[in-house]
Amino acid sequence: MEAPSKPKKTIKTIAKSKTAMPEQEPAVRARNWSEVTLGYTEDQALAEAARCIQCKNPGCIKGCPVAINIPGFIQAIESRDFRKAYDVLAADNVLPAICGRVCPQETQCEALCIVGNKLEPVGIGRLERFVGDLALKHGWSLAAPANRNGHKAAMIGSGPASITCAVDLARAGVDVTIYEALHTAGGVLKYGIPEFRLPKKLIDRELEALQRLGVKIVTNTIIGRLYTIPQLMQEMGYETAFIGVGAGYPNLMGIPGEGYNGIFSANEYLTRVNLMRAYQHPYADTPTGMGKKVAVIGAGNTAMDACRVSIRMGAENVYCVYRRTKKESPARAEEVHHAEEEGVKFNWLTAPVRILGDERGWVRAMECIRMELGEPDASGRARPVPVPGSEFLFEVDTIVYAIGTSANPILAQTTPGLRLNKRGYIDVSPETQMTSIPGVFAGGDIVTGGATVILAMGAGRKAARAMLRYMGIEAAAQPA
Amino acid sequence: MTVCRAYRRYSKGSIPDETKMFKIVKREQFSPVTYLWKLEAPDIAKAAQPGHFVIVHHGEGGERVPLTIADFDRQAGTITLVIQAVGKTTTALMGLQEGECLDDLAGPLGHARHFDKVKKVVCVGGGLGVAPTYPQLRQYKQNGAYTISIVGFRSKDLMFWIDRFKAESDELIIATDDGSFGVKGLVTGPLQQVLDQQPDVDEVLAIGPAIMMKACVAVTKPRGVKTVVSLNPVMVDGTGMCGGCRVTVGGKMAFACVDGPEFDGLQVDFDELLARAKRFDTAERESMRLLREKHDCRLPR
Ligand SMILES: Cc1cc2nc3c(=O)[nH]c(=O)nc-3n(C[C@H](O)[C@H](O)[C@H](O)COP(=O)(O)OP(=O)(O)OC[C@H]3O[C@@H](n4cnc5c(N)ncnc54)[C@H](O)[C@@H]3O)c2cc1C
Ligand SMILES: Cc1cc2nc3c(=O)[nH]c(=O)nc-3n(C[C@H](O)[C@H](O)[C@H](O)COP(=O)(O)OP(=O)(O)OC[C@H]3O[C@@H](n4cnc5c(N)ncnc54)[C@H](O)[C@@H]3O)c2cc1C
Ligand code: SF4
Ligand code: SF4
Ligand code: FES
Repeated sequence: MEAPSKPKKTIKTIAKSKTAMPEQEPAVRARNWSEVTLGYTEDQALAEAARCIQCKNPGCIKGCPVAINIPGFIQAIESRDFRKAYDVLAADNVLPAICGRVCPQETQCEALCIVGNKLEPVGIGRLERFVGDLALKHGWSLAAPANRNGHKAAMIGSGPASITCAVDLARAGVDVTIYEALHTAGGVLKYGIPEFRLPKKLIDRELEALQRLGVKIVTNTIIGRLYTIPQLMQEMGYETAFIGVGAGYPNLMGIPGEGYNGIFSANEYLTRVNLMRAYQHPYADTPTGMGKKVAVIGAGNTAMDACRVSIRMGAENVYCVYRRTKKESPARAEEVHHAEEEGVKFNWLTAPVRILGDERGWVRAMECIRMELGEPDASGRARPVPVPGSEFLFEVDTIVYAIGTSANPILAQTTPGLRLNKRGYIDVSPETQMTSIPGVFAGGDIVTGGATVILAMGAGRKAARAMLRYMGIEAAAQPA
Repeated sequence: MTVCRAYRRYSKGSIPDETKMFKIVKREQFSPVTYLWKLEAPDIAKAAQPGHFVIVHHGEGGERVPLTIADFDRQAGTITLVIQAVGKTTTALMGLQEGECLDDLAGPLGHARHFDKVKKVVCVGGGLGVAPTYPQLRQYKQNGAYTISIVGFRSKDLMFWIDRFKAESDELIIATDDGSFGVKGLVTGPLQQVLDQQPDVDEVLAIGPAIMMKACVAVTKPRGVKTVVSLNPVMVDGTGMCGGCRVTVGGKMAFACVDGPEFDGLQVDFDELLARAKRFDTAERESMRLLREKHDCRLPR
């Protein structure tokens, strides 16, 4: 497929570093909610696409959880056939504009890019975003739905796992309805990830495209309460159902003092700001109730979001408190970097042990202990060990916990026969994503625990294939 | 049911949505601050049980407010809410008229009440807790219990549903803070009296402001009477996702929206609940001030 006229590119002939992506200055963006990174221009995208050496045996594809044909879409960019680039991407990833923004590329596709062995890897995520944005701008969307075939499927939850599953089923002609508990669809993409990192209008555009495929979205519907899964399957005529309810049941640490005012889960804090628009309070009705000295516990993507939201909400000091070091932090490198630039103060190797309150019941300080890294634990990361006698007081008035989530119990409580694993997540067959109930599938965070958008999407896609087989339908042909 | 296929706004995008619109088929004003809505919501009516609540959300930038299902009619496909205007949202919602539609109504939420076999029960409802007590009282009665109701209001002109309570109660005591009707004072006076005179009461249900439930438990705890309370911490999603509604019961953390809202009153840490209810006071006063000044313009995004 190589353009015969051009000389073959090698690692020696290409630009050494990634084409920089324009972004707002830290001092400016810390005061607004607009997107931090601005995306490639066409010229920048072409320059970056030129850095891909079109490996015969590419590493990048192995690093992508949904195995996108990365050299293929990059080559289409190079030859300025952007529509084709989109079709190649969309064959494996229905939300390129979103994944290009939020995927942890440096540990996935870009980590295995061959160019990355010697130079900076190809900016695959940035190119993916470039194409995704073009597609939204021009309204390119997926192949029109095949004729409806009379089969019916229900999606429970409207996060990336359900969206992906819905697209694949709808394209195969299945009549799909998405049921969402909240008043708006999108899952964590809407209520968790803030506007400055993932603009809400992108998600709405994707949802509109979904509806053009014939997918129905019904909000305000908590499955397990309004309708149960047995009802969906027996009374409401669904042949299959997909559970993509995420793992939004926030954990606290269980240290003394957690009842004081000023202590939030990151989910509560971010939901107040993103979904309920507390940043417009008092013009929007939901407040945050936060103070001026904010400590965020944890160092994943959620923690970075909470830190950077706090900065924009006008906190004077924002501290990120994590018991390991920057190296072990599970957040995307770009997010940590952006947070540092925006003035978040990092306290590595620090863990809270107790929260102190004032006489009115509000947080006044947090007692912390210093940690040091010991032997690796089961996860392979160095285990943090407290340094005896290193306790110290940290004056804060707001504490946000971003230390992970557990499985929400509503569905498990109301679905007889739904088997869970030891950690309380839904047990599925790894080949098909089918649960212990025939015809009921699951995927995303509710199966894996808090993970990533692209893994949730991969699970939704795998489930869709199995659901089609379960209903006796062939999958729709993939676009070329 | 009105099914709305029109374009509806979500944040900035416009997504056509199959969501039902929830019509106010009947509206009553009980007092200057208390009103009733009967809403068209057949699926919620079908699934509703005593103890359940819903979350109401209306308008761009609106807040999600939890409200107990005070009654439901499966045949007519309606649910009834009784709302007391205490702040910005509940005051603004008072302006919606019969025939108008609510944007969002999610439910039923929470655990349905599990009714143990009881022979004699006292149902205590105070202020905005009077209405939510009613479906439970009715269920106790249907289960064959001897029912004693104690309902409390600040004054006579705030009273409502006395006839309904009369119909389901073997004994009914009405208390008003100012003595303008019935017994003068709080509901705890009559509660104490009833428990002293009738030691065979095997259960007390108390629903109302946290401070009232705390006072009721102070009466029942020394007597060792089982007490069920319905907690009303500030909620956001009502689905277990945010943890904002957490309460401490028996020394353990629970989320009122999924683990409750009903709990064993003798185990509840009411002081924490009362302190946590003040979390957003400053901000909420600001909202209310704006509403009063009618500066309630929504900022463009
Ligand atoms: C703040 C934050 C930042 C993140 N940043 C990143 C990032 O940068 N990159 C990345 O890859 N990943 C990130 N993640 C993780 C990623 O968002 C999740 O892994 C992903 O969204 C999981 O998708 P899902 O489809 O499983 O569920 P979710 O996105 O959690 O969606 C589930 C939906 O189901 C609904 N629901 C729940 N219960 C019910 C019910 N009973 N009935 C009906 N509906 C129900 C919920 O309301 C929700 O809308 C982040 C997560 C958070 C919280
Ligand atoms: C499970 C549950 C069931 C409820 N059922 C009913 C009901 O049937 N009828 C009814 O009128 N109210 C009910 N409430 C209370 C109702 O949700 C609040 O009154 C409402 O959220 C206040 O919103 P607002 O914006 O008008 O007031 P805000 O401006 O938010 O608050 C004004 C003041 O009201 C108090 N307040 C705020 N939130 C609550 C709360 N959740 N509970 C009690 N006081 C609060 C605070 O002290 C605050 O200062 C219930 C609450 C819960 C959690
Ligand atoms: S989906 Fe994620 S991992 Fe896959 S190519 Fe795109 S950015 Fe890389
Ligand atoms: S590994 Fe890197 S250079 Fe090779 S094809 Fe993939 S993106 Fe291009
Ligand atoms: S209201 Fe959010 S968890 Fe209960």
